Amino acid sequence: MISLTNAILFLLLAPVIGGLVSGIDRKLTARMQGRVGPPILQPFYDVGKLLEKENLVVTSSQNYYILSYIVFIVVSGALFFAGGDLLLVIFAFTLAHIFLVLGAYASYSPYSFVGAERELIQIIAYEPMIILSAVGMYMVTKSFFVNEIAASELPLILYLPGVFIGFLMVFTIKLRKSPFDLSTSHHAHQELVKGVTTEFTGPNLARIEIAHWYENVFLLGFVYLFFAFNPVIAIVAIIIAYLLEILIDNTFSRVKWQFTLKSSWIVAGMMGLVNLGVLYYLAGVLV
Amino acid sequence: MTFLKKSPWLLHYDASSCNGCDIEVLACLTPLYDVERFGIINTGNPKHADVFVVTGGVNEQNREVIRNIYEQIPEPKVVVAVGICATSGGIFRECYNMSGGIDQLIPVDVYVPGCAARPESIIDGIVKSLEILEEKRIQMKERARQIKQGRSPGGGER
Repeated sequence: MISLTNAILFLLLAPVIGGLVSGIDRKLTARMQGRVGPPILQPFYDVGKLLEKENLVVTSSQNYYILSYIVFIVVSGALFFAGGDLLLVIFAFTLAHIFLVLGAYASYSPYSFVGAERELIQIIAYEPMIILSAVGMYMVTKSFFVNEIAASELPLILYLPGVFIGFLMVFTIKLRKSPFDLSTSHHAHQELVKGVTTEFTGPNLARIEIAHWYENVFLLGFVYLFFAFNPVIAIVAIIIAYLLEILIDNTFSRVKWQFTLKSSWIVAGMMGLVNLGVLYYLAGVLV
Repeated sequence: MTFLKKSPWLLHYDASSCNGCDIEVLACLTPLYDVERFGIINTGNPKHADVFVVTGGVNEQNREVIRNIYEQIPEPKVVVAVGICATSGGIFRECYNMSGGIDQLIPVDVYVPGCAARPESIIDGIVKSLEILEEKRIQMKERARQIKQGRSPGGGER
């Protein structure tokens, strides 16, 4: 039932795909801004460089928190691609981010603290919507197992359009893109220094970056589930969703955390809960 | 491998500069010069930086700040002094509160003179500093190997 091959493939391929996606992202962003932009392989150069640097830590517990962060991100992603229980995947995924927050809190730096608090706010903002997505998928397919959801012939997107819109909203938060790049960002927003990653240097920062690649591939996999009835449409949907994120990233400025929290909950409530309510009602009527 | 040369991240600090050189440093990031095509990113965080770009000279107010930032940058690192004030103190050299160029305080690897230094020469200076960065990385590796073998790393500048 659980596919070990898929999990191993995820372990090996996800950093490659994640890094390439990140490189294409930076190139497209540069083109949108009228610049030439870095090479596509630039994210790999960055991580390679970070691994060559000195690991300067404030407290050595930071190292273990970051190790736990990457391990749990990888576990949640591997479990997802192996076809495991979606709820367990989401819990492991949340736990991973809690480790990142703890790592930032461990460093006694004001910038790091601000980043950590904002990361917590982001978790509060996106968590309801991700759980609603899982519940929505359960209501349609009667299963929390990813392999059964993916094998389902039902077009999930037609049953869960509201949930999908809500998911796209939190997708922006998760990819650390404007307007919701509160805790840290890939661009030079210098007023926060670097938010949650401020106090991580060299190899630790490289681990955070690699974990982010794994995370992105996992999230793209989540988008896939909505369109799993037809793999071709699903791949096209993933590409369109990501291009849309890049466009949003480049056209919006960063909002305040209050707005992030309110808007993501309102969208989760309006789109997600109403969608689920309609599904529930229809199920009652049809049966 | 030489990833370091392909992805140098800058930290720019304005030490009592008149803002002329700062504008030119920022001009390097604009679409016209776009230093990101070399992988150069202007970070706001010393802990992520490889190249420390300083404009303006050392005075009593920023002495501690420069030293603090320099010490927070992880090895290997290079310092690029941009503008004539950073290289020697420039026209402020004789001022009662000035100590002179950045090299009065921390070791400087590349000097980029000019008032203000042009974006082309700043980019040129940073590209020169990458060679030095690579040398320092090899030295750092050598030192780490010696320490591992139980031998003392020997004297010389850190």
